[in-house]
Amino acid sequence: MSDPDENTVRDAGFDDWLDAAEDGEAYYLECPEGHTSLPPRRLCPECGSTDLTEQPLPDTGEIATFTVTHVPTPAFEDDAPYATAIVDFGPIRVTGQVVDHDPDEVETGQTVALEISRSETTDERVIGFTSV
Amino acid sequence: MSGVRVAGTGLTPFGNVPERTSRDLFAEATQTAFDVSDVPRADVEAVFYGNFMGELAEHQGHQGPLMAEAAGVQAPATRYESACASSGMAIRDAVMRVRNGEHDVVLVGGAERMTNLGTAGATEALAIAADDLWEVRAGMTFPGAYALMAQAYFDEFGGSREDLANVAVKNHKNALTNEKAQYQKTISVEEALDAPTVSSPLGLYDSCPLSDGAAALILTSEEYADEHDLDAPVAITGTGQGGDRMALHDRDHLARSPAARDAGAEAYADAGVDASDVDLAEVHDCFTIAEVLAIEALDLAQIGEGISAARTGRTTADGDVPINLSGGLKAKGHPVGATGASQIAEVTKLLAGTHPNSEHVADATTGLAHNAGGTVASATVHVLEEVDP
Ligand SMILES: [Zn+2]
Repeated sequence: MSDPDENTVRDAGFDDWLDAAEDGEAYYLECPEGHTSLPPRRLCPECGSTDLTEQPLPDTGEIATFTVTHVPTPAFEDDAPYATAIVDFGPIRVTGQVVDHDPDEVETGQTVALEISRSETTDERVIGFTSV
Repeated sequence: MSGVRVAGTGLTPFGNVPERTSRDLFAEATQTAFDVSDVPRADVEAVFYGNFMGELAEHQGHQGPLMAEAAGVQAPATRYESACASSGMAIRDAVMRVRNGEHDVVLVGGAERMTNLGTAGATEALAIAADDLWEVRAGMTFPGAYALMAQAYFDEFGGSREDLANVAVKNHKNALTNEKAQYQKTISVEEALDAPTVSSPLGLYDSCPLSDGAAALILTSEEYADEHDLDAPVAITGTGQGGDRMALHDRDHLARSPAARDAGAEAYADAGVDASDVDLAEVHDCFTIAEVLAIEALDLAQIGEGISAARTGRTTADGDVPINLSGGLKAKGHPVGATGASQIAEVTKLLAGTHPNSEHVADATTGLAHNAGGTVASATVHVLEEVDP
């Protein structure tokens, strides 16, 4: 829950989600129709229902697609090359970085788990994935 | 149906001119458009202007009035922002406003200054078209987003980097005669495959360049064009817009563009044509894979077959449906806010027979322009037709 930079204003909802993920309690939001989304949400982006419940993110997901980025934005200058993946957790997909792999060994279909890591460039929290 | 006439078009050269302000670029494009149209500035009733990253590149908001002033037009002006589809959106609103009788003459266009930011700065600026919290903070770049789609496409339908290289080779070849294009040189498949990787599987030659430039259009009602005996032989007869979830990971398919499909379906129905009527198209090839996804979404290729269209010659200059005869974003350049309007300018000239590449499409009567924002969370499609061909 500690923020390395006390002057950084938090993004409510998003930073709360990162906190939860660091505690091993990542979640997604679900409406009664079964539509899923990520916070911050006041209502379901598909149907407008305000009856959203937090559901635990499944422990593992599968890499649905990935890329190894060699030309980053300045915020990831020292991290490149790094693998970005969209991981399918079943009810929801999440985008993040595959952090425990040689980027060249990442493949579609690999099973991974969520793990919040830190940018080598900025020390900001980054949604990460590790192999299981 | 009665269309909105394209009375004049103007483009600056697209390229690397970091010192030029967007107001100067837009002024140049509008000067050309007014000169060729014979429409007096005093007749313009509204200005529709597209720009994406002016706040970041020039520390400039509130660009509508600024650009009307640059164009020497005393008319209310609005700036449109929808990432790379900014001027497509401006055109769509302008077309609807002329159609509903609100205006007879409008100035439409867009401009972007990008190269003054440098590669890292421009990469950062382009990334803001994605979801900042859930994509950009995970390290997703603009090329990275299209790379994710390219990998998903390869996994689902097959295809190779060589297929994509053929798209780049085709578009570079088309730009050879386009004096406004950023690159007027051919490339080979081998050169494209050997180029440095930007974001795998996409390399440097899969990506459009960073560009500065502007485009302007004078659009008029049919009545105004007839009354003033304008040389305006091409009409915008169909307009469509589509939208999608912002983040790529929230889409049903990672290798399809439903927003472009919806925009295309609406524009085809609006014009009373279908995909088989399209003789040529300018599509939004910010990356080679984007052209593949676009032609599939627009029904110009079957799902899963767009990848081979350039390699087999179907979309080359003398193929069934020539795609990006201007050189596309890939070779012509992609000054983001100018791109949608520049596509309309190119299609207009191709249909009017005044484009250097018109010889390849001598019998063409129907053209299409497809402009996409971000990973196609927004898209516009316009159908253009030759009047009384
Ligand atoms: Zn719902």
